[in-house]
Amino acid sequence: MPLLEVRDLAVRFSTRGKTVYAVNGISFDLDPGDTLGIVGESGCGKSVSSLAMLGILPPAGRVSGGQVTFDGEDLLTLPDERLRHIRGNDIAMVFQDPMTSLNPVLTVGRQLTEALRTHLDMDKKEAAAEAGSLLDRVGIPDARQRLRDYPHQFSGGMRQRVGIAMAISCQPKVLIADEPTTALDVTIQAQILELLRTLVREEGMALILVTHDLGVVAGVCARTHVMYAGRFVETAPTAELFANPKHPYTVGLLKSVPRLDAVRKQRLDPIGGAPRDQTSEPTACAFAPRCAYATSESWEQLPVLRELDGATGAAAHRVACWNPVPERDLVAAGIRRPPAEGQSSAGLGEERPA
Amino acid sequence: MLRYVAKRLLLLVPVLIGLSILVFAYVRALPGGPAIALLGERATQESVEAINRELGLDQPIFVQYLRYAGNLIQGDFGSSVLSRRPVVEELLERFPATVELGFAAILFAVLAGIPLGFVAAKRYQGVLDNTSLVASLIGISFPVFFLALIMKYIFAVRLGWLPSIGRLDITRSLEHPTNFYLLDAIIAGDGAAFVDVVAHLLMPAIALGTIPLAIIARITRAATLDVLSEDYVRTARAKGLTTAVIDRRHILKNSLLPVVTVIGLQTGLLLTGAILTETVFAWPGVGTWMLNAINNRDYAVLQGGIVFFAFLVVVVNLLVDISYAFLNPRIRYQ
Repeated sequence: MPLLEVRDLAVRFSTRGKTVYAVNGISFDLDPGDTLGIVGESGCGKSVSSLAMLGILPPAGRVSGGQVTFDGEDLLTLPDERLRHIRGNDIAMVFQDPMTSLNPVLTVGRQLTEALRTHLDMDKKEAAAEAGSLLDRVGIPDARQRLRDYPHQFSGGMRQRVGIAMAISCQPKVLIADEPTTALDVTIQAQILELLRTLVREEGMALILVTHDLGVVAGVCARTHVMYAGRFVETAPTAELFANPKHPYTVGLLKSVPRLDAVRKQRLDPIGGAPRDQTSEPTACAFAPRCAYATSESWEQLPVLRELDGATGAAAHRVACWNPVPERDLVAAGIRRPPAEGQSSAGLGEERPA
Repeated sequence: MLRYVAKRLLLLVPVLIGLSILVFAYVRALPGGPAIALLGERATQESVEAINRELGLDQPIFVQYLRYAGNLIQGDFGSSVLSRRPVVEELLERFPATVELGFAAILFAVLAGIPLGFVAAKRYQGVLDNTSLVASLIGISFPVFFLALIMKYIFAVRLGWLPSIGRLDITRSLEHPTNFYLLDAIIAGDGAAFVDVVAHLLMPAIALGTIPLAIIARITRAATLDVLSEDYVRTARAKGLTTAVIDRRHILKNSLLPVVTVIGLQTGLLLTGAILTETVFAWPGVGTWMLNAINNRDYAVLQGGIVFFAFLVVVVNLLVDISYAFLNPRIRYQ
């Protein structure tokens, strides 16, 4: 049994008589030590999914279906008191903006020790000692002196290190990092990702990395889920996803990333159109309005994740699309090099151009 | 910090000088004068002039001010025209009553207003939230003196639960070393007197504290609503802390920042309310003293009273600024 098993998780928001279908049935498994990326654009439901798992959705949101099984317990039906013991203790979270995710009126030491004292029953002295070594672990110089400092006395990158130290303080089994590097500049991003990678490896934690940045998952995650309009549209081992993307949305994401190793000088190719207005439950492919490959099927029927070629288990490559992107278009887009000996990648169904 | 306090207290000097000039000019701009007040409307021209000469009011106004300022520097606020007693002496006698009343009113407003606003925010748009909204609007729009009269009618006249005037039952004897009656009762170790003082204090304090209560509740609610959606509250929840700890440590501490400022401002406004409340409840404080002074054009008393109020407002706001530094680590006064 996997450590964390998410099945058909659905989340809705109710605002002023409107219902927003933020997450519409996502499923995945997480084993100890797994590194999982969830990629998608703003508003696709990736952050909301992680908040829903921990039961800390904003007041307007509610889980409308599915199960989240952790260690044999369904988190979605647990009484709040029991769930509280799992939050921060077994499953911890690092948030996007280190400028706003730390409490400005409490010292960093206080914010670090409170989880330790709540979950691990440490006394003040033990917790302070532990907090010092935690700051040290995440690479903050003069860790012990800095416990008495307030968040505003730290730089952005250092604050995110504090956020990470807070999250790993109780040695959680699962660490959810929600856009942990988005608010940081590029050099700091690399340091923070390196830190996360090291910590996950050393502590044997499982990591769920939520981001809009394909470059971030590329370096950290073994497996990646691509999310669009509250559903997973493609999931594959990260290397496979980059080499052989099948969903037009994934391809669009890859094409909109500037590449240093581009085959020829080409303009960036953004995805046209706007994300789906999520005020109704999707009944067809949500990406169809923005998709060059859409057919009548796309407009009428909701595609589900289906396996590509023979690979199963950890190597499985699944895509939810009626018309996966054909090989030659990947080549044309510069994502794949032309096949050397006419070997074609196995695709799902026939390759139908638009 | 000490240097900051010293600087702020030093700034008090120009404030008080400016204020003394304004007040001095203002009280003399009132129609009539002490002579008319003393002698009545039918006084002869000669007797009015005699009194004015005696009081120095026949001099040009800047001469009067310079003489007044000169006395002020020596701590002499002049004497009341009516009682002939030094202003300082009367002020010392009366200010404890006003401070005691004001303190009780603000205490009531803070102790009731902050929890009320906080709970209203937590139950945003719930029954309690909406009720408190309506109640605060009523509280804010109700004139202090009218509320005081209604309370007096209900609780003193109709129900007879509370005394209607004064600070202490006249049949009770209590030593007054400090003139803060609560302190006096404690010093005397007189439990019954203490209860009596509290009973006398209750209605005026509530009447006076109602508007600040409503405003503090509103501000607390708004600030708490802001804080509730802050990222760090989500972080605290993700840590698995108990609701009580999140409320107290993470939410309340942040939402109190604007509330503290408002408490300072309200204390200033409270003093105007004190004049009305003291009048209704025959409270022997600075408020009634000044009201009498206005009626009698008792210039020295009026000047002394206003300068005292101004001093109080500045000191309270200084205290607010200092407490702000304790609540908000991002502010450190150099």
